[in-house]
Amino acid sequence: MNKKFVLGIYDDEDVLLTAIENIRAAGTKIYEVFSPYPIHGIDDVLGIKRSRLPIVAFFCGLFGTSFALWMQIWMLGFDWPMIIGGKPHIALPSFIPVTFELTVLCAAFGMVITFFIVSKLKPTLRVNMFDKRSTDDKFVMAIEVKDGVTDMAALNELLRSNGAIEVNEKEVVK
Amino acid sequence: MTEERLIISRKTNNKFFLMIAVGIVLLIAGIILMATGGGAEHHAEGHGEAAAAGHEAASWGKRLFMNLWLNNVYFTGIALIGTFFVAVQYVAYAGWSVLIKRIPEALSYYLPIGGVLMLLIFLFGSHDIFHWTHEYLYDVNDPRYDPIIAGKSGYLNTAFFLIRMVVYFGLWIMFFMWLRKNSINEDIHGGTDYYHKSIRISAMFLVVFGITSSTSAWDWVLSIDTHWFSTMFGWYVFASWWVSGLAAVTLTVIILKQNGYLKMVNSNHLHDLGKFVFAFSIFWTYIWFSQFLLYWYANIPEEVIYFIDRLGGNEGHYKWVFFVNLLVNFVFPFLVLMTRDAKRQMIMLKIVCIAILAGHWLDFYLMMMPGTMRTSGGIGFIEIGTALTFLGIFLLAFTKGLTKASLVPVNHPFLEESVHHHV
Repeated sequence: MNKKFVLGIYDDEDVLLTAIENIRAAGTKIYEVFSPYPIHGIDDVLGIKRSRLPIVAFFCGLFGTSFALWMQIWMLGFDWPMIIGGKPHIALPSFIPVTFELTVLCAAFGMVITFFIVSKLKPTLRVNMFDKRSTDDKFVMAIEVKDGVTDMAALNELLRSNGAIEVNEKEVVK
Repeated sequence: MTEERLIISRKTNNKFFLMIAVGIVLLIAGIILMATGGGAEHHAEGHGEAAAAGHEAASWGKRLFMNLWLNNVYFTGIALIGTFFVAVQYVAYAGWSVLIKRIPEALSYYLPIGGVLMLLIFLFGSHDIFHWTHEYLYDVNDPRYDPIIAGKSGYLNTAFFLIRMVVYFGLWIMFFMWLRKNSINEDIHGGTDYYHKSIRISAMFLVVFGITSSTSAWDWVLSIDTHWFSTMFGWYVFASWWVSGLAAVTLTVIILKQNGYLKMVNSNHLHDLGKFVFAFSIFWTYIWFSQFLLYWYANIPEEVIYFIDRLGGNEGHYKWVFFVNLLVNFVFPFLVLMTRDAKRQMIMLKIVCIAILAGHWLDFYLMMMPGTMRTSGGIGFIEIGTALTFLGIFLLAFTKGLTKASLVPVNHPFLEESVHHHV
C-alpha cells in the first residue's frame, strides 16, 4: 500500500523547533522529522516519550548479578567444591569481579539487543528516504496525508507560515 | 546577566555559633564522663605501658586529639576539593558548571583555618595520634625499639612531616587564592584574559594536587597505622574526599535553590551533579574493594592485620562501622541515584548527599580510630560534639566565602552556555 506524505523543508534549527510546536498545537500529527544531526530538545517538542531502555538495562543487569552469583556459588560451593587459597568454598569477595563483569555484560548486551528488536533494526530493513537533503543541510518534516481527510491547501499554508522554505509531496511504497 | 548576592542573616550566623556552642558543651560533657568514669582504667595505664604498649585503655586526651584530627582532615579534604573541582572544570573547558562554580570556590575558605588547626593539633597531640612520633622507637638500645618504623624514619620524622604539612597548605592556599582572585577580577573587569589565565593556574594546581593529595593521605591518615602500608591509600583517601566534596557542593546548591537563590540553576545542572555523586560513590567503592580484595585474598599477616583490626579484631568493636560504611557509601547511593528522576529531583539528591557526607565521616573514622583507640573507641558525646563544632566552624568560613562574591560569575565566558545547559 502506498502512503502519501507532505514534506516541509526547513533550513534553520530554531525555526524548525518553533514550527514543530506550532504545528502540533494546531492539531496536526507529525509523522517524523529528519535531521542531519541530533537536535537538543527536539524530543520534548515532538512529544516523544522517554525511552524505557534503562529499565531493561536494570533487569538485565540484575539477571547478570544473580546468574553470576548463582553460577559461582553452585559450582564452587556445591557441584565441585574446591579449596582455593585456603578460603571457604563460598568466598563471596572473590566472586565479586566475575559478578561485576557479568552484570555489565548482561546489561550492555541486553540493552543493545532490546534496542535492535524494539526499533526493528535488522539486515533486511529498508528505510524510505524522504528527502536526500536531510543528510546534508536541511531538516525535513514529514506529515502523513489521509485521503479525503487532510486539507492539503491548509496544510501547505500552515507549513509555509511556520517557516518552511519548500513544501513537497511524496508517495512512499510500504 | 544579573548578579546574585547571598545574604546570610544574623539568625543563620547565630545558628552556626549555636552549633559550635552545643558541640563544645557535648564535648566537655563527654570528656568529664570519660575522665570520671574511666578513672580505674586510667590508673592501670601506668602499669602496662612499658610492657604492652597499645593494650592499655586510651585516655580521654587521646580520644579528644583523635577526634580533632579526624574532623580536621575530613573538613580540610572537603575544602581542598572545592579548588580541585574548579580546577577540573577549567582544564576541561566545562561550560555546564559555571553557574555553580562559586560554591566549590567558597568551600576552600576553610583551608587556612584547617591549616592552622592541623598544625596546632599535631604540635600538641602528635604522640596521641601517631605512634611513630615516639623517640624510643628509633633508639636501638631501648627495648621498645622498632626496626620497621626506624626504617621509615627517613620519611616519617617530625621535622620533615611538619615541613610537608606547611608546604601542602602553603601550595593549596596559594592556588586557591590565585584562582579566586582571577575569578573575582573577571566579575569586575570582564574579558577572556582571566579565563585563559585560570586554565593555566588550574593545570598547575592539578599537578600539585595529584602529588600532594596522595602524600598528605599517607602523612595524615596512613601513617597512623605505621607498620601497615597500601599503595592504593592515596587514591582511597582522595576518592573519599572527592565524593564528600561533590556531595557538599550538591547539597549547597540544593539548599541555596530552596532558599530562592541560584535562580538559573535547573534540574539539568542538578542532574549533572547527581551523576557526579553517583559515579564517584561507585569509584570510591571500586577503590575500597580493590584494596580489600588483594589483602583479604593474599592473607599475609602484616597486610591483613589492617582489616582484622576493623572486623573481628579489637573485640569486634568496629565491625558495624565496617559494614555501615559500605551500605551508606555504596549500596544506598547506588540504588537510590540510579534513575534519572532521582538525580533531577532535589529531595532524593538531598537525602543521598547528607548520607554520603555522614558516611564518609564514618569512613575516616574507620581509617583512624581502630589503629589508635583500639577497643576504647566508640561514638559518644566526644565524637558528636567535635563533629558539630567543626561543622559550625566550617559553615561559618564557607558561608562567609559565599557572601563575598556574586553567586553568578557574571563575566565568565561560558555563563551563557551554562544557563542553557541541557542534558
